[in-house]
Amino acid sequence: MSQVPASAFLALALILFCIGLYGALTKRNTVIVLISIELMLNAVNINLVTFSKYGLYPSINGQVFALFAMAVAAAEAAVGLAILMALYRNKKTVHIDEMNEMKN
Amino acid sequence: MENAWLIPLFPLLSFLLLLLIGKRMKEASAYVGILMTLASLVFSILVLFERFQEPSYLVKFNWLTIGDMHLTAGFEVNQLNALMLFIVSLVSFLVHTYSKGYMHGDERFHIFYAYLGLFTFAMLGLVISPNILQTYIFWELVGVGSFLLIGFYYYKEEAKAAAKKAFIMTRIGDVGLLIGMILLFWQTKSFEYSEIFKAVEAGSVSNTMITLTAILIFIGAIGKSGQFPLHTWLPDAMEGPTPVSALIHAATMVAAGVYLVAALFPVFSASKTALLTVAVIGGFTAIFAASIGIVQTDIKRVLAYSTVSQLGYMMLALGSAGYVAGVFHLMTHAFFKALLFLAAGSVIHAVHTQNIEEMGGLWKKLKWTAPLFLIGTLAISGVPGLSGFFSKDEILAAAWEGGHPVLFILALIAAFMTAFYMFRLFFMVFTGENRGNQKEVHESPSVMTLPMLVLGILAIVGGYVNTPWFGSFLGDWLVDGNTALGHAHIEGPAWIMFAATIVSLAGILLAYLIYGKRSIAPDWLSGKGGILHTILYNKFYIDEFYQITIVAITKGISYFLRFIDVFIVEGLVKAVTGMVQGLGNIGSKLQSGQVQTYGAVAFLGLAVLVVIYALTGGYLR
Repeated sequence: MSQVPASAFLALALILFCIGLYGALTKRNTVIVLISIELMLNAVNINLVTFSKYGLYPSINGQVFALFAMAVAAAEAAVGLAILMALYRNKKTVHIDEMNEMKN
Repeated sequence: MENAWLIPLFPLLSFLLLLLIGKRMKEASAYVGILMTLASLVFSILVLFERFQEPSYLVKFNWLTIGDMHLTAGFEVNQLNALMLFIVSLVSFLVHTYSKGYMHGDERFHIFYAYLGLFTFAMLGLVISPNILQTYIFWELVGVGSFLLIGFYYYKEEAKAAAKKAFIMTRIGDVGLLIGMILLFWQTKSFEYSEIFKAVEAGSVSNTMITLTAILIFIGAIGKSGQFPLHTWLPDAMEGPTPVSALIHAATMVAAGVYLVAALFPVFSASKTALLTVAVIGGFTAIFAASIGIVQTDIKRVLAYSTVSQLGYMMLALGSAGYVAGVFHLMTHAFFKALLFLAAGSVIHAVHTQNIEEMGGLWKKLKWTAPLFLIGTLAISGVPGLSGFFSKDEILAAAWEGGHPVLFILALIAAFMTAFYMFRLFFMVFTGENRGNQKEVHESPSVMTLPMLVLGILAIVGGYVNTPWFGSFLGDWLVDGNTALGHAHIEGPAWIMFAATIVSLAGILLAYLIYGKRSIAPDWLSGKGGILHTILYNKFYIDEFYQITIVAITKGISYFLRFIDVFIVEGLVKAVTGMVQGLGNIGSKLQSGQVQTYGAVAFLGLAVLVVIYALTGGYLR
């Protein structure tokens, strides 16, 4: 089983992050935006795991961090969706460009 | 005399009391004012009698110390001060009493008494000041009191304008006084009268400097005493209530200018030029104002021009080195002019008009006012036996002995005019047919006639303190061997007295023929539309002249300054605020509330940072 080079993992993480960023910045639907943010978080997780295996000082810490990040992301997604629900009830919309209450 | 400082404090107390509780006391506030001024009067009389026996009394204490310079405050009782205290507190007391009747029913009755108290305080403070700085402070306070009282009927446009005019015109003079005062201090290192006199006597001040300071101080006196060319405010000041005209614009405040010149007389007498200036201005004003008084139809305005003219007389006397004559006339004038004004007020009270062409035939209806008015008229005309005769005679003698034959002739003509216009006034008001449509004419209540009676008696006997027949008691006392003040009595040639008598009787006769008997038509000199009448009736167009010259120039400068203020100063400020506001607007436009925009900008910033980092290799310098 030939070794997959670290650069491949990093490239995957980069592509994933960019897709997430693009989605977070351009999509109008707030649910999609939240999902895109999850993508970016996962890209970070891949980075963490990659460096825990192929890093300059490989150790298990990276994987532990990745697990933490996943747990926190799950909690964050729950809170985010709850807020979204509340917003939807008030404004009857999930479009992010109409949620400009902090304008000016 | 140790307690002379209490005298001004009584009216001040009245002022404060009435400000605090006057509203609740309503018309009873008159009693506060009357009692307080009565206390002042009693003290003043005591001080005056004490001063007859004892020498002058001076108290001063340190007020301010700046470096090694000490400014003092205090009070002084000398002959002039004691006399002024008596005159001011007497007239003030009588006017307070009189106003109780005159102002009856006025809504702001208590305010009127409060202002009267303030004015009386300032005037009494002015006359006991031992140094010129303190004098100046009270001098301004007197101006404030006058301003408030002229503008008492503030809902009348003319009263407001007159109050402003009086204040501004006298301020113009006050600037002269202030500069003169500063120059005196610079030269003599003191504000004290006594120190100043010492320095002047010792000759440590150069002659030109004395002349300059004396003339500057005289400008202050011109403003306050309504002398030409700053006289125009005084006739307008008649918009105030009549008792105020009697107190301020006849007997006391306008005499402050004369008082100031008299108080600083040693400075003036040290300079021939200054004295000549005083005499010429005084003499010119005397005849100038008298000529205007001949044609005026408002009873108070005639008296106002007569006041200006008589003040000119006093200045003429002082300028001719007739110290005693000036102060003597100041005293007698205070009595008979206050009497005339109060009597005029009583007439106005009865007929509710000030236009003498709508009066007439009031002699029988005003049983007290009319004879008292006649006494005042006789006194001011200089009929022998009354107070005005003696003081006018002194002034004429002083002018003659002072070596000003031209001014003497002017004064004589002015005396003729005075007799003429005063009796014109008398005949038009009290004799003939009633030309108005007043149905009921009542004599004023006794609270108004009694003060007039007191002044009437004083107007008759007041002159006998200094006569060529029974000795010059007042003169001897005032001068008291002080050579700087000149002679105690000026012995003019005997014909002067006859000339004065003939002139005044001629004036009365002419007035009688024209307005009493009507055997000469009133337009005998020039028709009512005639050019002479028009010029005189419009007061030589002095007001109009000021309007198109000084006022117009001032307005022009003001418009120019306003232009600078609006477009340059405000423009600068507006530019600065506009810039800040614009920046803020742009900033707030950026806060669109679009989270995605924020995110994009943040990411873009990060990207830029990373690019910079990559290009410089992390070593940003």
